[in-house]
Amino acid sequence: MEAIENKGQEAPSEETILVEAARSGDIGAFESLVRRYDRNVFRIAQHITQNREDAEDVVQDAFLKAYQNLGQFQGQSKFYTWLVRIAVNEALMRLRRRRPERMVSIDEDVKTEEDSMPREIADWSPNPEQQYTQAELKDILGKTIQGLPPSFRTVFVLRDVEGLSTEETAAALELSVPAVKSRLLRARLQLRERLNKYFKRRDGDTRP
Amino acid sequence: MKCSDFLKELTDYLDNTMDPHTKAELEEHLQWCHNCYVVCNTTKSTIEIYRGSELYELPDDLRTRIHTAIISKCKCHQLNADASPSKHAADPEKESS
Repeated sequence: MEAIENKGQEAPSEETILVEAARSGDIGAFESLVRRYDRNVFRIAQHITQNREDAEDVVQDAFLKAYQNLGQFQGQSKFYTWLVRIAVNEALMRLRRRRPERMVSIDEDVKTEEDSMPREIADWSPNPEQQYTQAELKDILGKTIQGLPPSFRTVFVLRDVEGLSTEETAAALELSVPAVKSRLLRARLQLRERLNKYFKRRDGDTRP
Repeated sequence: MKCSDFLKELTDYLDNTMDPHTKAELEEHLQWCHNCYVVCNTTKSTIEIYRGSELYELPDDLRTRIHTAIISKCKCHQLNADASPSKHAADPEKESS
């Protein structure tokens, strides 16, 4: 992610110029914004929906919605944070459609503290991911994150994969900073626990 | 410091967003508590592995297809807006809505 800050009277960032041009109807400028952020939006969408077709639709719908509502974007937040908020809402809506039997909400916070308490304390092999081929590793990571509640994996992907700050994540999800931190801690600990079985040091592995 | 106290602070510790005094307390705990040391290291690895995994990358062919669809829909929207400019007027509604 490209971090672009707007501070005081500094010259407008390239992003701000693109947003202004797009708002005036310059589709080429909007296309530049699409190219800048489409990979991020796709990753976020697929992490949340866990479905590639839905993720494709989310990317299209999120950018279209952003374009249609550029008039409402007042530049108080970064364009990217605003776009992420739209994409997350679209992704959660798709997830709800696929799982109507389950309540899917970003406010979901039903787990107790004990759910994330480490149960297995085992050291991992050095560079544990190198024990697997790239395809095997992607399969392991995909299956593992899929098991997290949507609200946890959403916070994890924004904070730890996309690199948004805690404050930006809170703004994008309309959550408080403590709520983001609480979900992030539990997401990280639950992922760690689930990855133990793939990455823990095996008998006979004597490397430091 | 108890292990449960350490865990509560783990996220801020890993993100390096804590005051030096608390950080020193946590590091003192890590000196002698092997379990917390392992949990801390493996949680850090978890984050690094996901961050470097390139999970769910957007393939070029799909990217091109998505771009074409987005831009075509935006052009349609623009044509409709130009045909009825009142609908496209900047809305005073807040961006957070």
